[in-house]
Amino acid sequence: MLVELDVPKCVASGQCVMAAPDVFDQREDDGVAILLEEHPGDELLDEVREAVAICPAAAIRLAEQ
Amino acid sequence: MVVGASAAGLAAAETLRREGYDGTLTLVGDEPHPPYDRPPLSKQILSGEWSTQQLPLRPYTDLDALDLDLRLGAAATGLDVPDRTVRLADGSRMPYDGLILATGVRPRRLPGKGAHVLRTLDDALALRDRLMPGSRLVVVGAGFLGAEAAAVAWKLGCEVTLLEPAPVPLAHAVGTEVGRVLSQAHLDRGVELRCGVTVTEVTEEGARLADGEVVEADEILLAIGSLPNTEWLADSGLAVGDGVVCDQYCEAADGVYAAGDVARWDNPLFGVPMRIEHRTNAAEQGMAAARNLLAAPEARKPFAPVPYFWSDQYNMKIQAYGYLRGHDEVAVVEGDLAERRFVAAYGTGERLTGALSVGMSPKAIRAWRQAIAGGTPWEEAVPAGTPATEAA
Repeated sequence: MLVELDVPKCVASGQCVMAAPDVFDQREDDGVAILLEEHPGDELLDEVREAVAICPAAAIRLAEQ
Repeated sequence: MVVGASAAGLAAAETLRREGYDGTLTLVGDEPHPPYDRPPLSKQILSGEWSTQQLPLRPYTDLDALDLDLRLGAAATGLDVPDRTVRLADGSRMPYDGLILATGVRPRRLPGKGAHVLRTLDDALALRDRLMPGSRLVVVGAGFLGAEAAAVAWKLGCEVTLLEPAPVPLAHAVGTEVGRVLSQAHLDRGVELRCGVTVTEVTEEGARLADGEVVEADEILLAIGSLPNTEWLADSGLAVGDGVVCDQYCEAADGVYAAGDVARWDNPLFGVPMRIEHRTNAAEQGMAAARNLLAAPEARKPFAPVPYFWSDQYNMKIQAYGYLRGHDEVAVVEGDLAERRFVAAYGTGERLTGALSVGMSPKAIRAWRQAIAGGTPWEEAVPAGTPATEAA
């Protein structure tokens, strides 16, 4: 699986961190998302899909499954 | 079938596919554009910082992968629930087995011609083309949308005047004291803010007030709230009253669900019916409605979110969790109001129901979401001795 994060689009809502805490974190100062794991394991597929769906800035994309 | 091709409708369609539905999936939208994101309209699109290429919610390849019967520029005009059909503006009748309504809202307007509104991409581009350095913009309504647009126009060098009917902008939503602090951001930059004035009409010269005065303007933006798009459901037999009335599962009638700005549902977490016009709710509710539509009756889940919104104004990022409307108490629990760096907690009845932050680390605010979701008692969430501020 390949995850892409469009950092300039991020609005710092933190929704991705709540959906997939092993894949995303937030910067301390401005809350912008951090992609912890570009190639997460398949066991995290559902969580990543949830993060993609729930991101209010459409900033996350599942490029490959 | 999903009616409404914006954030809620797209989230519903994607979820139907993710959850294994592989039959015909029709997505109907009245705008000609493929699904796009609305929050940037009053921010990066209005400022010109982004091109319209950055606005689609999904690249074409991802939309294609959903294998949709995508009907854009096709307004739905009627619904027959017993017959399970939706009528479209071109006269066609579309049968469905399950239906999700996500037709959103449209801006309120005032009598008179020539004023802008800000809801669609076309609205945003029309306004952007008129914002020149030195041009006089009057924004009617100093809520979140009006404040964001005013901030962008100020940055572009416009002379901006905000006209607000309430004595303090946003007081009904965030409380009087917090509303006052937020509106100070306009005054600090020389944006004129006139409160307690009602605009009755748009004229060629400007905005006419109830007392007859005309506030002169080159352009006028109306940001005075929205109306749910439910007229097309008038003969459907569905309960409609400031939105499509749904139960806690977002179901409006057998096999008919609603999501996003148009849906009024019972949120069991707060025990009140609510209709939420927030971007995050559109996605969450679209997903929830789609899951419940596919689920066996006993497997459905109540939709019980902690609402969340953000607003970007000047250099301020405002974030809020929970349901702030109708709050009884407000207390500043971190930071300092006057510095516009703070977290305010909101209480309704005996419990914590909301939190709003300005200029604080967004990461730190998430703890408040948990406290709200857990129904934390007010006394526990807000330490004794914390000074209260003026509520709504």
